Amino acid sequence: MIPASFDYVRPGSLAEACQELAADEDAKVIAGGQSLLPLLRLRLAYPTKLVDVARLPELAGVHDRGDHVFIGAMTTHDEVMRSGVVAAGAPLLALATAMVADPAVRHRGTFGGSLAHADPAGDLPAVVLALEGVLVARSAQGEREIPAADFFVDYLESSLRQGEVLVGVKIPKLGDGWGFHYEKFHRTAQAWAIVGVAAAVRRSNGSIQEARIGLTNMGTTPVRARAAETALEGLELGDGLRQACEEAAADTSPPADLHAQPDYRRHLARVLTHRAVRTAAGAP
Amino acid sequence: MTEVGKARRRKEDARLLTGRTRWTDNLQQPGMLHVAFLRSPMAHARITGVDVSAARELPGVVAVFAGQDVAGEQGSLPCAWPVSDDIVIPEHPPMAVTEVRYTGEIVACVVATDRFKAADALEAIEVDYEPLPPVIDLETALSPDSPKVHETGNQAFSVKITSGDLDAAFRDAPVVIDRTYVQQRLIGAAMEPRAVLVSTDGDTFTMWTSTQIPHVLRVMLAMVTGVPEHQLRVIAPDVGGGFGTKLQVTAEEVLCLLLCRKLGKPVKWAESRTEGNLAVHQGRGQLQHIRLAADSDGRIRGLQVDLLADMGAYLMLVTPGVPMLGATMFNGIYKMDAYEFACKGVFTTKMPTDAYRGAGRPEATFAIERIMDELAAELRLDPIEVRRRNWIKHEEFPYTTIAGLTYDSGNYEAATDKALQLFGYDKLRAEQADRRDRGDPVQLGIGVSTFTEMCGLAPSRMLGEANYGAGGWEHASVRMLPTGKVEVVTGTSPHGQGHVTSWSQIAADALGVPFEDVTVVHGDTAISHKGMDTYGSRSLVVGGVAVLQACEKVREKARKLAAHLLECSPDDLDFADGAFKVKGTDSQTTIQELALAAFAAHNLPEGAEARLDSDATFDPVNYSFPHGTHLTAVEVDTETGHVKIRSYVAVDDVGKVVNPLIVEGQVHGGIAQGIGQALYEEAVYDAEGNLLTATLADYLLPSAADLPDFVTDRTETPATSNPLGAKGVGEAGTIASTPAVVNAIVDALRPHGVRDVPMPCTPERVWRALEGGRA
Repeated sequence: MIPASFDYVRPGSLAEACQELAADEDAKVIAGGQSLLPLLRLRLAYPTKLVDVARLPELAGVHDRGDHVFIGAMTTHDEVMRSGVVAAGAPLLALATAMVADPAVRHRGTFGGSLAHADPAGDLPAVVLALEGVLVARSAQGEREIPAADFFVDYLESSLRQGEVLVGVKIPKLGDGWGFHYEKFHRTAQAWAIVGVAAAVRRSNGSIQEARIGLTNMGTTPVRARAAETALEGLELGDGLRQACEEAAADTSPPADLHAQPDYRRHLARVLTHRAVRTAAGAP
Repeated sequence: MTEVGKARRRKEDARLLTGRTRWTDNLQQPGMLHVAFLRSPMAHARITGVDVSAARELPGVVAVFAGQDVAGEQGSLPCAWPVSDDIVIPEHPPMAVTEVRYTGEIVACVVATDRFKAADALEAIEVDYEPLPPVIDLETALSPDSPKVHETGNQAFSVKITSGDLDAAFRDAPVVIDRTYVQQRLIGAAMEPRAVLVSTDGDTFTMWTSTQIPHVLRVMLAMVTGVPEHQLRVIAPDVGGGFGTKLQVTAEEVLCLLLCRKLGKPVKWAESRTEGNLAVHQGRGQLQHIRLAADSDGRIRGLQVDLLADMGAYLMLVTPGVPMLGATMFNGIYKMDAYEFACKGVFTTKMPTDAYRGAGRPEATFAIERIMDELAAELRLDPIEVRRRNWIKHEEFPYTTIAGLTYDSGNYEAATDKALQLFGYDKLRAEQADRRDRGDPVQLGIGVSTFTEMCGLAPSRMLGEANYGAGGWEHASVRMLPTGKVEVVTGTSPHGQGHVTSWSQIAADALGVPFEDVTVVHGDTAISHKGMDTYGSRSLVVGGVAVLQACEKVREKARKLAAHLLECSPDDLDFADGAFKVKGTDSQTTIQELALAAFAAHNLPEGAEARLDSDATFDPVNYSFPHGTHLTAVEVDTETGHVKIRSYVAVDDVGKVVNPLIVEGQVHGGIAQGIGQALYEEAVYDAEGNLLTATLADYLLPSAADLPDFVTDRTETPATSNPLGAKGVGEAGTIASTPAVVNAIVDALRPHGVRDVPMPCTPERVWRALEGGRA
């Protein structure tokens, strides 16, 4: 497939990129191109201009900032999964990133790109949601911080405004007692998740004090399984856990597609949440 | 110096792996133009108008044509296999003129100075469609009130074959098993998408195309387009996989030839993956009703097969022949008293079906191997045991089956015993029992497939009896070059099979020359003037034998020349290690010396020509019948429906092996492809006839990460129908693995009330089968 024709610019600075985007409402940011290029090639999107931000220094690198890890938007998945800073400060993210697509995609695709694309079937939006990350956007008007809970608006739609570029993401470091797991359910190793469950669980004295659960592909945006999170509070590892995780699909509206109908996705969300929480909580 | 049997690394690979390749889409011609095709977004519609005027005005656009513009000169795409007297072969215009009958059918084309301008111009073409009702489901397509795909109705043909007394076999039978299986449509997904380049010098046309069949294609194009055969040269350069999908005379090939002829300039077309998913012929597509009657000890009395075969919208090159290739294979390796095969070809508003790895035989094998497991379950017998009680015993070969084929050789006992041992069958059964007892959410299933296939296509006489339009011979020519090197020209057309390597091994042994001294030329009708090409596991069994026989003729010519030069009788010469030696003396001459002597021609026997070359056309007397036993253990997560293949053992008997490494590769790839059908792949059309699996994000293919390490081994029971003793291996893995995997899944879940899971056995389908079993 051949995309319709478009202009291409590679600005030398973030300010210039913001100007390019502000000047043309049909311009689009291109990062690693792993999501956008297929859309262009299938002629499902017709941007007038691609603004390539992949080499902007302001968007690069992983930084330890004390209470949080800051990951530049243009950090590739491969860099994220190999970063010592991420492994120490946000291990759930390292774990989930290693399950994104395949090595070729992980060397091209970027962390920020997959969040800005706002695909609920992507693995990382649910992870950032569960970790209560804060997305940092820049425009000619200045910098804005957007909590993950407010970032994902609808299917392939984020709260980024015209002229705004995602600069990076702050992932708060979770303290002692937290355990993590990402449970991805897919048909082949390279396929999208039918359902994914990102779980972060804090235990103390044998019982769960706090659980945060992000669900992949269970709606038009990544969602938190709030009812299950609440039900899990105070539980010890045991049979009660499974019952609490029965709440995992509450208030979700999962899609129907070739790989799964909504009732099956709800079922999977329950089973996988149980597995993710058990593993995160350190169950044998 | 024995080359045959050696695990030679492929001569082809260094070049392919380092990118020194000649894929059609890499080729350029001076002044070359680029073609893009506009395809129907509707499954069934009348074309009421096509406006190409805006597209013609775009920069870089050289020409735009709709079907109407070429209606008088585009001809009709051929079907070479009218399988029955009642067959209906509808007109099949390469570019639709008045009506479209599947999503993806070509309605217009653009020729432009580059492929980007051609693609852009497609969007400027306006087509008016008047929707007609789609025809999707096979059973409803045959009801009298169904909308029609063609005016003649939706039945393409009907065939019935009976053998033995079926009524007697079923009457009072203690066990009757009745099942329906769906063979879903598959997409070949060759790594190299199709591409065509045609150029002309004014008199002759040269077509480079990603095809399995340059020779057959040349003949058919001459017949379809009216370009005289001697003015048409077809070249298959490097071709990256086919799996049957490039065994075709495509609309794109015919139209590119037409466009080159009209414009007098070279034209090239290369498809995208999505275009290929839409418009490469698909495989399988059968609804199978199977009834089996047996005695209470498990002995089969009779088998009744009633098929509906999805033809799609038109009959392409061998579309109706595909189910017929399975007509005599549903009985598998088993003995029985009666057999009936009935099949109707059904038109639907979908992409036509045609050859896909195994073509008819996997469908048949699936049905019999699945129902054998059902028989075992019904009688509470081990599935291996029920097979043992029914299969043809080693000492009974050659054996003429109930379906009328004569299996020349086989040893099912040996292959099965070896497979059971490698698999650790008893231990896995014990683990299965343990998991069942414990109520483990992850259940273990064991799947068996003891298959055979009919391949080595094919004896020309038998193809004639089956009403196929051509023969099944193969040709080779072999020449000793003056410096003692060897050039083999083959009529086979490899596209991944490694013929350059295997044919070198055969020639090296037959002529006593080093493996490195042999080159193999193929895939160009101007160089390899005669051939029947590559499909149906035929290349070694037919084409390899032609190479051997041509080499033997060269050797005997060399013997006469040697006798002349050494002044002895030809009978006094021993041939070994490339030299003719006079018995009982030290007097000898090498084949390389003889090659130079023949070239110089200073001293030849009376009446001999100055050549050390020959050719051979081999026509087999029978099909070949590879067989084997495949066993797999799968873990089924009963909470999610996820299936994991834990182990897979394949013991294949493909007769004598020329190159074990290539055989191994074919078995691995074949098993993976068959697992693809079992677990992952399906071309899905919705109720309106839209293809929902137009990308590889939706049409899932397995990769190495999804597959276990395959344990492979062989038994070797030579074929008696050809001098190599080879049986063919290209399709074996694909045929065997699909039922093995599904049998394993059902075996895991049988205690949960599950007795079938439709393919592909997706996690959701497994889960729903479990839900159904619990209900």
